[in-house]
Amino acid sequence: MKWGYFPGCSLLGSARELRESLLAVAGKAGIELQEIPDWNCCGATAAHNVSRLLAVALPGRILALAEKAGMKEVVVPCSACYNRLAVARHELAADEHLREQVKALVEMDYRGDVKLVNLLEMLAIVLGKDAGLKVEKPFAHQVACYYGCLLVRPPKVLKFDRPEDPQAMDELMRKIGAEPIAWPDKVECCGAGLSVSRTDLVAKLSSRILASAVKRGAEAMIVACPMCHANLDMRREDITRLTGEHYSLPVVYLTQAVGLALGLSEKDLGLHRHLVKVVFPAQPKPAPPPQPPAEKKPAEAAEE
Amino acid sequence: MSRIGVFICHCGENIAGTVDVVKAAQAAAQFPGVVQGAEYKYMCSDPGQSLIKEAIREKKLTGVVVAACSPRMHEPTFRRACAEAGLNPFLCEMANIREHCSWVHEKSEATTRKATELIRIMVEKVKRNKPLYPIKVPVTKTALVLGGGIAGIQAALDVANAGHQVILVEKDPSIGGHMLQLSETFPTLDCSQCILTPRMVEVAQHPNITLYSYSELESVEGFIGNFKVKIRKKARGVDEKLCTGCGICSQKCPKKKIPSEFDAGLGKRTAIYVPCPQAIPNKPVIDRANCTYYLKGKCKACEKFCPRQAIRFDQKDELVEAEVGAIVAATGFDILQTRDFPEYGYGQSQDIINGLQFERLASASGPTLGAIKRPSDGKEPETVVFIACAGSRDQAKGIPYCSKICCMYTAKHAMLYKHKVHHGKAYVFYMDIRAGGKMYEEFVRRAIEEDGVIYVRGRVSRIYEEDGKLVVKGADTLLGAQPVEIRADLVVLATAMVANPDAEALAQKLRVSYDPYHFLSEAHPKLRPVETNTGGIFLAGACQAPKDIPEAVAQASGAAAKVSALFSSSELSREPVIAVVNRTAPPIFSTCTACFLCEKVCPYQAIEREEIKDRKGNVLKVAAKVNQGLCQGCGTCVALCRVKAIDLQGFSNEQVYAEMMAV
Amino acid sequence: MEVKSHLSNRPLNQGLMLTLKQASGQSVARCYQCGKCSAGCPLSGEMDYPPSQILRMLQLDLPGLEEKALGSQTIWLCLSCETCLARCPQEVDLPRIMDFLREESLRRGQAHPSAKRIISFHRAFLDSVEFTGRLFEVGLIADYKARQPQSAFQDVLMAPRLFLRGKLSLIPHLIPGRSAVARIFRKVRETESKK
Repeated sequence: MKWGYFPGCSLLGSARELRESLLAVAGKAGIELQEIPDWNCCGATAAHNVSRLLAVALPGRILALAEKAGMKEVVVPCSACYNRLAVARHELAADEHLREQVKALVEMDYRGDVKLVNLLEMLAIVLGKDAGLKVEKPFAHQVACYYGCLLVRPPKVLKFDRPEDPQAMDELMRKIGAEPIAWPDKVECCGAGLSVSRTDLVAKLSSRILASAVKRGAEAMIVACPMCHANLDMRREDITRLTGEHYSLPVVYLTQAVGLALGLSEKDLGLHRHLVKVVFPAQPKPAPPPQPPAEKKPAEAAEE
Repeated sequence: MSRIGVFICHCGENIAGTVDVVKAAQAAAQFPGVVQGAEYKYMCSDPGQSLIKEAIREKKLTGVVVAACSPRMHEPTFRRACAEAGLNPFLCEMANIREHCSWVHEKSEATTRKATELIRIMVEKVKRNKPLYPIKVPVTKTALVLGGGIAGIQAALDVANAGHQVILVEKDPSIGGHMLQLSETFPTLDCSQCILTPRMVEVAQHPNITLYSYSELESVEGFIGNFKVKIRKKARGVDEKLCTGCGICSQKCPKKKIPSEFDAGLGKRTAIYVPCPQAIPNKPVIDRANCTYYLKGKCKACEKFCPRQAIRFDQKDELVEAEVGAIVAATGFDILQTRDFPEYGYGQSQDIINGLQFERLASASGPTLGAIKRPSDGKEPETVVFIACAGSRDQAKGIPYCSKICCMYTAKHAMLYKHKVHHGKAYVFYMDIRAGGKMYEEFVRRAIEEDGVIYVRGRVSRIYEEDGKLVVKGADTLLGAQPVEIRADLVVLATAMVANPDAEALAQKLRVSYDPYHFLSEAHPKLRPVETNTGGIFLAGACQAPKDIPEAVAQASGAAAKVSALFSSSELSREPVIAVVNRTAPPIFSTCTACFLCEKVCPYQAIEREEIKDRKGNVLKVAAKVNQGLCQGCGTCVALCRVKAIDLQGFSNEQVYAEMMAV
Repeated sequence: MEVKSHLSNRPLNQGLMLTLKQASGQSVARCYQCGKCSAGCPLSGEMDYPPSQILRMLQLDLPGLEEKALGSQTIWLCLSCETCLARCPQEVDLPRIMDFLREESLRRGQAHPSAKRIISFHRAFLDSVEFTGRLFEVGLIADYKARQPQSAFQDVLMAPRLFLRGKLSLIPHLIPGRSAVARIFRKVRETESKK
């Protein structure tokens, strides 16, 4: 299986382990990820904060390059890049004048028929029945699935999972033997792009998220976005310094958790690159009360 | 010889502002067959009508064309005026030079020319008009009321008290509807069941009312005054004639934990059950989806213990046919459930409930006997948050309208809570307070000023559980949109009022229009609130739009008045604009070739097959015949008839072709 | 005591609400000030004006209030987390309006002084992209510290830790099409300066 692949700038630097674990898992599943040739930065938070046209043109160039390379679908592991590409594609589809403007700016043709695949969708296929992969070492821990704000919002554009209390990551974690906890901060923002310019605010927001997960018995936080990982892992000392709260909860990329379950080594998955050591308690914590299923039908409630 | 009178209306400035009516009148007076071309400021006024009447008498007119507004406005006015002057009303037609001309064009020569052409067309038609006489159809003086809630009950009682027969059909095992589930009603805080049950008993005992409970409308055929309906009496599993309502069957039933619909899911019932102690009729129903006998073939405890051997497991649905003259739709409403709110947890928390569920908590006959308790652990809540506008006025949820009653019942709920838990804290998150009825504003002020309910203006963004409490995150917009966080023990959502899930199917069965939200449509939003565009079918209650009890009752009485008016004579006059298949002397009898294409396409099933016989009874010819009562004059058959044996009175082929040729 | 008049003496249709409508299709009249956005915004407690108040400032067609909105901290603290849009009952695209206000605020030079660091970060980020075609993280930090000298010592202890873990790439990735990317930046600047 061959798919197009947009790494995004952070995977080349501070989110190196996401790239490593992604490629390792893809390799195990027999998926070849082909980078979009000559890909540029999507513009992330900075572009849309200062210039709307730039914020659409940069992703526009990426999508046009993917089309030029004949790619039908492109895997986008970074949630922020995924969000920017999906929003740009949506706006280009809706506004013909904008489309012409962007085509002139990127000096390429643009049709808008590339399908964007986020990390959760890709892993659902990797762990799906057709892939035939076996879970060799179940990731038997209680985990807090942290989706971050950009994977499921805006709901009318991304149309991916429920915007409140999403379940896609939880299901994937269950498939590899983990026990996802029910917790209310799955999509509460970690502080996003203010990591450097307002570290104090990031500390506040990320601290709340960590506290909420730890309180409900999580042994690890699973993330799917490099920015979230940076705020929750790299900034851990800043959190301690600025809020006085100390957390030892490890933050693991979803691809790393899946990779471990599929039998790949910690080294291959880049677990040693985290700032917060990835260790799990010797004794598994007692299980939290059983989580109710997402939807309850009235007939099911009738008991004998 | 035609002697047509043309009367052009200025309609103030509506027509005269864009059309040169004087010029048009002069032109019309020159048309062949026209003996008078006049214009006047307001033709529909008394002096205007007098103009027409005088002309008819003095100039011996054989036809009248009034060029003015749409016939939908004043055709009856002018036809009546002609009739008073001795001219058959169907020899009067209107040329629409307002909606079709002056209102859609700018002032110009061309506009005046168009108006003149429109008049010419109508003149040519009227020359070929024939006098027509209204058709009389009989009226069955029985009314069918669909829905046994307060609206249906009121309508049924009013019609029955006027001396007519009523059939009341209710789909639940008992009548009473949502009002029976309420604990107290605003603004008087009357006990809901206390004021409702006397009416329910009256319905049950009224000699003119036949009550079919646990029944639904199966099908409707026919037309105003002459409906044929089929009612499905669902199988209760109990012989109602033998059952005394003693209740032993429910006591002995082993399946005791089925969520009770009457208690809005907060209480439990058995598989054989009566929904509540005040049910009318007080006869149980077996819930086949949950009964052990139907699921596994075992048990039969109710049958064993019933002292009257009234249990009938193999009872089948029964179809009852009836003839009625009018139908009143009073099928009520539904409300959104807590699972419809993603930001409030998809209904997973037991301590987030909706308005009806709070009513059951507060009700003396409810699952907690009137004590306000948290459904999760039965403890008394110390802090309760009430959220108004939950789902209403919400474009994102597809419900842009206001549900009208929530501001009032939220104030009521907050007051009831404070009356029962004196030291408790009640907060209401609102956007606006809509309290327009009599004594309503005073009621809300009482909640705020006397009962100490704290009102916060702002919406709640989300609610989640933490440490056994519900964290409510809202905003106080009167304090600069300051974020507000409350840790509540119980949250009550005043969820939006919506149409019943089967409202669309019912509307299609009755052939009445409905709006995008599946509320049934009234004939005119201002002036005809209880009628529909379908003759003989009326509306009452919340099935038409969100409303409170006094409005539902008023509307029900209004509908009943319309029904009584309909029943005030034994015959109904119908407009004679219907299709007719020609008949002529033997041996031809009719040019109809009996292909019955008309029968196939008629949307109202108004074509019948007539056997034309000789004196001995031998069938000489079969020809199509139009049922005068059913035909609506749509003209589909006329367009299709290959031999033109069928024609439309008032819009005959000859008339229509003449109009076309006149352009 | 001075009473502020709320009647705008500016002719109709010359204010920000019109430019906003033309640029984004968003109509401020849709907002009925329910406050749900402010209630759910993660940083509304830190902002000088909660998000719904910013929108209120655009609804009255008053230049004084518009300037207040453009000069607020709010628009720069906004994380673009889209929570407000996901919950707004009237489907007002507040993130889009925030983008517009930020762009307008920079164009008029009215950004709140406390937002300097945030704006510098965005500019440093984009400089890197303009030059190499991608984000060069070390370059970004250096550029940022040059613009904001008071942050010279920020995160200095983290750099070696990241470097030892292989997460700090010292060499920028220069993409083959970087001149094409630079052209995009140049042409966008030209288009925007014409407004």
